[in-house]
Formats: sequence, C-alpha cells, structure tokens
Amino acid sequence: MANVEDQINESQKLGIEIVKESEEDRLMTLSVGPQHPGSGHFRFTVKVDGDYIVHCVPDPGYVHRGEEKMTEYRNFIQNIPHLERPVIHDSNNITYSYSLAVEELTGIEVPRRGQFIRAIASELNRQVYTLYWLAIYGIFLGHSTMFMWPTGDRELFIDLLEALTGARVTHAFNIPGGVRNDVPNGFKDRCLRQIAYYEKRLKEYEDIFYNNPLVRQRTEGIGILTKEDAISLGVTGSVLRASGVPYDIRKVEPYDVYNEIDFKVQYMKGCDSFSRAYVPFLDMRESCHIIRQLLDKMPASGEVRAKLQSNPRGPPGEAYRRVESGRGALGYYIISDGSPKPYRVKISVGSFRNMLALPHLLVGAKMGDMPVIYWALNYWPVEADR
Amino acid sequence: MATVPERFRFGNFVASIVWLIFVVIAAVTLVILPLIFIILFYVPLPPINGQVLTPYLFLTSVVDPTRTLPIVKFLIHQPIFKVVVFPGFLFAAVVAAATIFVERKFLAKMQLRIGPFYAGFWGIGEGILQLAADGLKLISKEVLIPSGADRPIFWMSPIAFAATAAAVVALIPVAPGWVVSDSSVGLIAVFAILGFFPLIALLFSWASNSKYPFIGGMRALHQMIAFEIPFILSALSVVILAGSLNLTDIALSQHRFWYIYFLPVSAFVFFISSLAELERIPFDLPEAESEIVSGWLTETSGMIYGLIQLGSYLKLYALAALFVTLFLGGWSGPQFFPPQLGPTDAIPFVKMLTLQGLYNHVTVSAIFWFLLKTIVVIMLMLLPRGVNPRIRIDILLHTGWYKLIVLAFVNMFVALALVYAGILGPGGLSTFH
Repeated sequence: MANVEDQINESQKLGIEIVKESEEDRLMTLSVGPQHPGSGHFRFTVKVDGDYIVHCVPDPGYVHRGEEKMTEYRNFIQNIPHLERPVIHDSNNITYSYSLAVEELTGIEVPRRGQFIRAIASELNRQVYTLYWLAIYGIFLGHSTMFMWPTGDRELFIDLLEALTGARVTHAFNIPGGVRNDVPNGFKDRCLRQIAYYEKRLKEYEDIFYNNPLVRQRTEGIGILTKEDAISLGVTGSVLRASGVPYDIRKVEPYDVYNEIDFKVQYMKGCDSFSRAYVPFLDMRESCHIIRQLLDKMPASGEVRAKLQSNPRGPPGEAYRRVESGRGALGYYIISDGSPKPYRVKISVGSFRNMLALPHLLVGAKMGDMPVIYWALNYWPVEADR
Repeated sequence: MATVPERFRFGNFVASIVWLIFVVIAAVTLVILPLIFIILFYVPLPPINGQVLTPYLFLTSVVDPTRTLPIVKFLIHQPIFKVVVFPGFLFAAVVAAATIFVERKFLAKMQLRIGPFYAGFWGIGEGILQLAADGLKLISKEVLIPSGADRPIFWMSPIAFAATAAAVVALIPVAPGWVVSDSSVGLIAVFAILGFFPLIALLFSWASNSKYPFIGGMRALHQMIAFEIPFILSALSVVILAGSLNLTDIALSQHRFWYIYFLPVSAFVFFISSLAELERIPFDLPEAESEIVSGWLTETSGMIYGLIQLGSYLKLYALAALFVTLFLGGWSGPQFFPPQLGPTDAIPFVKMLTLQGLYNHVTVSAIFWFLLKTIVVIMLMLLPRGVNPRIRIDILLHTGWYKLIVLAFVNMFVALALVYAGILGPGGLSTFH
C-alpha cells in the first residue's frame, strides 16, 4: 500500500481530485454564544474535536454599559444607583467598595453603627448572590431541584433586605458616610430566625446536591486549576480559594468592622470544579456566623450615617479600596481633581479576572464539562462588561 | 401585575348571591325551559314507518340500553377498536397525558413550588387543562424549518417518532386477550421497534442542518446503542424463566410468582436501561440544555416538537408497561371485583351490561392491576428527575458497556440455574399450562 502522497499523485494523473484531510477539517467551531442557554450574556467560541474542546476564545462585551465613563458626569452621591447595576443581586457589595474609596478621598468618618449595618447588608447580599449562582450551577448540571430550592430560599434574604433598605433587589443602600436608613424594629429577631431556618436548608442542599454521587462524578477532577496557575492567572475569590490559597479580602485587608469579627477563610485544596462549587457554599455557611456576630456586636443606638456637606468633595488625590464580593475582590480606583465629580473611576471586578481562566480550563475538557467548568468560575457576565 | 382585591363587604357579597340567583331563575323560567319544551315536544320530525316521532321519543329510544348496548358491543369487538381506542393508541395517549400532568405536579411538590395552576376548572383541578393549553399553543405556532434543511426527512421524522412509539404500545398486553398484536415473538418485536429510535433521532438531527442537533443526534446514537445490549440481555433472563417470547405468555407465567423476586438485578438493569432509552434525567444527554442547547430537538418548533413529546411519553408508558409485563406479573393480582355488578334485578342497565357480556370481572380486575402497577413504575421513572443531575457521556458509555452488561449476565446465570434445578420453568413453581 502506497503512502498518502503517492495516492494523491496517482489520482491527479488519473484526473481525480483527492485532497488530504487537514487537521482543521476534523474540528467543528461552535459558538456558545449569547443565545445559548448555557452562556448568559456572554459568548465564547469553542473548537471541538469529537467531544474534546481544543480551542476556546471568550468574547465578552455584550452588556457593556460604560459604567466607568458614566461616573465622570455625576457627583459622588448620584453615582450610587447606577454603579450597582452590573450586579444587581450583589448590589451592597459593589457599592461598598465605592463608598469606602469615596470616604477615603473626602475624609468622611462613618459612625460605628453605620459600619455594622453596612456589613450586615453586604453579608445578606452575599447570600442572595451566592444562592442565585448556586441555582444556575444546579440547572447547568441538569439538576432542576437545585435550581428551584435556592431561588425559593433567596426570598428569605430578599425579604430581610427589603425590610432593611426598602427595595427587593436594587438597594442603593451604601452611601459615602454610612447607610441610607436605620434598621427597622424587630429586625434582629427576624434575621436570627430566618438564618436558623436557612442553616437547616443548607444541610439539605448538601445532601441533595453536593453529596449526590452523580454530581461528584461530574465535578470532581474536572477543570484542574493548580495553585501556581491560579496565582499567575490572577483569579480571585472562590476560584482562588478553591485552588488552596486562603485569600479573602475581609481577612487580608479588613475594612470597617471585619477585624472585630471572628471567622475562618474557607478554602479547599481540590483545585477542581467541585471545590470551586463547594467553596461558595462554605462561604454561605460562614457568612451566617458572621451575620450573627454582627447582630450581637452592633451598638444598640447611634447615628447610621455621617453628616455630609452638599456635594461632598475632597482634595485632589486618588484612592483604591476593595471588598470581598460574592465573586472575589471588587475594587474601585478613583481619581479626584477636587471637584464633586470623580475625574476617573476604574472598577476592578472579580468576574473579569476569573474569566481569564476559562480558556485555560476548557482546552482539553469534554463538551459535557463545559457548563460545569464555566459556571464554577463564579462569573457574572454583566459585571465583567461593566 | 399585582392586583389588589376590593375590600370585602358582607352586604355586597349577599347582594351578589341574591342577584345571581335571581338571574338564573329568570333565565331558566323565561328562556331555557320554554325552549326545551318547544324543541322536545312540538317540533315534528319526518314520519318514519308511519310513526310520528318527536325529538323526545327519538332520544328515549336512543338511550335505551337494550338498543344501544349491542351496538357498543359490536364496536368493541372490532379489531379497529383495539388499534385505535383501548389497548392501542387512545388509551396510551390518555395515560401519557396523565403522566405529563402528574410529572409536572409531582416535580413541583418535590421542588417546593405549585406547578401548573391557572389552566383548570373553576377552582377544582389546578392546572389540569395545562396540557390542553400547551397543545393548543403548539398547534397554533408556526413550524420553522431551517434553511438548508432536508425537508422530507425533517417532516417525516417526528411523525415516524410518534408512530414508532405507538407501535411499541401495540405489542403490550393489558389484560387477557386485550392486546393489539399478540405476536409469538412479541419481545423481539418490541426490541426491533425500539431499535428505530436512534435512527430517527440521527435522521432528524442530520436533516436539521445545524451543529447542535448534529451533536445531539450522535449522542442519542451512542447512548441508545450502549444501552440496547443490557436492555435485551436483562429481558433475556425473563425469557429463560418463562420459556416464551410471547408477552401474554410471559405475563401469564407469573400468576404465582413475579419474576422480580428471582431476577432483581435484571429488573434493575432493565429499569436503568429504559431510563436511558427514554432520554430521561440522568440520561438526557441528547437533549442536554446547558451543553448543546436542546440537542437533537434544537430546530423543532410547533407541532413537530409536540409530536416528538407525544412520542416520548407514549414510549415512557410503553416501557413502564413492558417492565410490568416482564417483572411485575403483568395484570396478575387479587381478584376482588364481583362477578356481577350488584343486584341485577334492581337496575336494568346493570343487568343489561352483564347479560351482554360487556362486564367481565376478570378483565376489569386485570386492567385495574395492570394500570396500578404501570402508574407505580411510571412514578419511579419520574423520580430521578427531581434528585439527579445529568451524567457525562463518557460515564454513561462506561456504565452501559461495562457495568450494566455484566450485571445483566449475573442474573441470567441465576435464571439458568433456577431452570436447570427444576425450581422454575416446566414442572416448576410457576407453570401455567
């Protein structure tokens, strides 16, 4: 049997056109695009060889809203409601670091009670965000019960936040100098009661989802992101902590009252999708302890926000403050030229940094692992596009 | 969309009830009763055989059991009745429709929600008409065909899917004598027909001219071929015990002992394989939504989707019924229906029913037990959807080729040992001859 080149030459003599199959012919390009049910407002193109992904290009930007530019036309207070739009279900955390940075620029002191209420609201909102994330992770694995339960239990915290802030989702609660309003009567008892119930539910989540052998089979050992890779790719939040790096902004750079709170940084050494799915769950559990301590230590009375001048402004300068959001470190870099409006605002979000790990993890994975790896990255497309 | 109800006032409530009663009485006395009397007694029909009939007399003769029951009996014993209505298509379609409703409610209860609610009667059946509403919606939708699709195959495949599923139903015996096609190789025929499904899925996915359906079609092919073999092997151990391929004979041979007592492993393998055949969670890889959009159903729309759904639920009924026939003794069960329906002299209609042979207590009991067992098996098949995620294709193929085939062989040896030891089979415990 002659080799392939000889056959082609022979065929050309006979007048038959035979083309050698190239490597590219085996590949099929799939657009896991904005209309794919497993992508969100995001698109990545993958090339598959059979069932294996050999190439992946993320293509964010479908929900870019120019948040950073918009801040330059509004003063520091007016910026709050539109800055929470990228992650409306984690709105207290995305406005938290903004408020911290503005306070640093303008030199406003937040009253102690205000600091506690801020921390409570941001922890409650972390639960709301993580439950939403967990619901989508469940349905991405085809586990419809895990979609319904967290979306139902999310109402517990949405109701609490509604009582606290007056809005169900977009709170605009943190402002430079404190929070908008004080906690309502009986908030502490209600909060403790709902958290006690919620912790029971978390046990059930673990039984039906995390301890389910089929879930373990699908997620364990999938999408390995080693500690070194995680650090060099610059991922953050639960993705970094799942790779064995105990890095939490609340511990590393404690802001407001977090240095008075006794909590552990939740991390795992699995480096796989299961760890990345389990660390947010552990965070939720730890967050319940944090909320209890915050409620205990909160001063019984006092101011909740500092008296501000109209159009607060500070000396020209710059400030960078970050908080631990549901998706990791969320920082604001603000430059002020002394006017009431910021000169430049740069939002550094966890989602975008975690997305950079996506091509690294998807290449070599199977098509069926795609949603498992993608959504375990704790990626929120709207926030990444800003 | 929140609507605030008006403040409740007892006076308004009483007034509205009184008003309603008044309107009803007025309408009945002034309009409806006169109309009924006029139509029934005064409108003459053309005289037949010199007898002048009013509509009243005509209706009385039509509902007379002595005249109607023989017609019913005649219709029931036509072969077309078996094909279209009772053990055939209509019966299976009703069970399938009930399954869809039960599945949605059952899943909703597991997931702490309500499920279909608004489409129903006035407060009685919550969402019981949801299926009808969905069906109407699907019928009224436009059927979109992708450009470059292979149109004849694209149209043909959904029809072939539903028809093939109905063909499986035709081989299932529901009660003694109540089977559309009592083939002597019934079991092999079932597997032969089931073998069409991967072909249809592949044809349809190819005809769609789209990437995700193509991947879904290939997955369906892989999955069904991987699970076909344990499926057939697990049924084979039943054939060894029963000594027959006829499904009626297999059901009859279990009138004392169900085969699930002797072949639990086979029953387990059969159950898992039928879940895979049905593409139900955890084996719904061909339709995996988050991975490949909707798999081979991505380009379906309107009634094409409706037909495939109908087919897949008919298939669900057929495989549950097959499980009952092979392992749970078919229609066998305690006979508690009385030989006659109550005191025959008291109610002439009941007397007529018994005299005409339309009420047979053996058949009614058989249908009752068969339906009960089938519903239990269907519920078991619905259950994994609430607790399990989808599994990955390589784990699926590994399960099919390595684990289930080995497990199926385990019980085949048990079956052979039972037959050779003379415990079962000819001369054994469960002879039916």
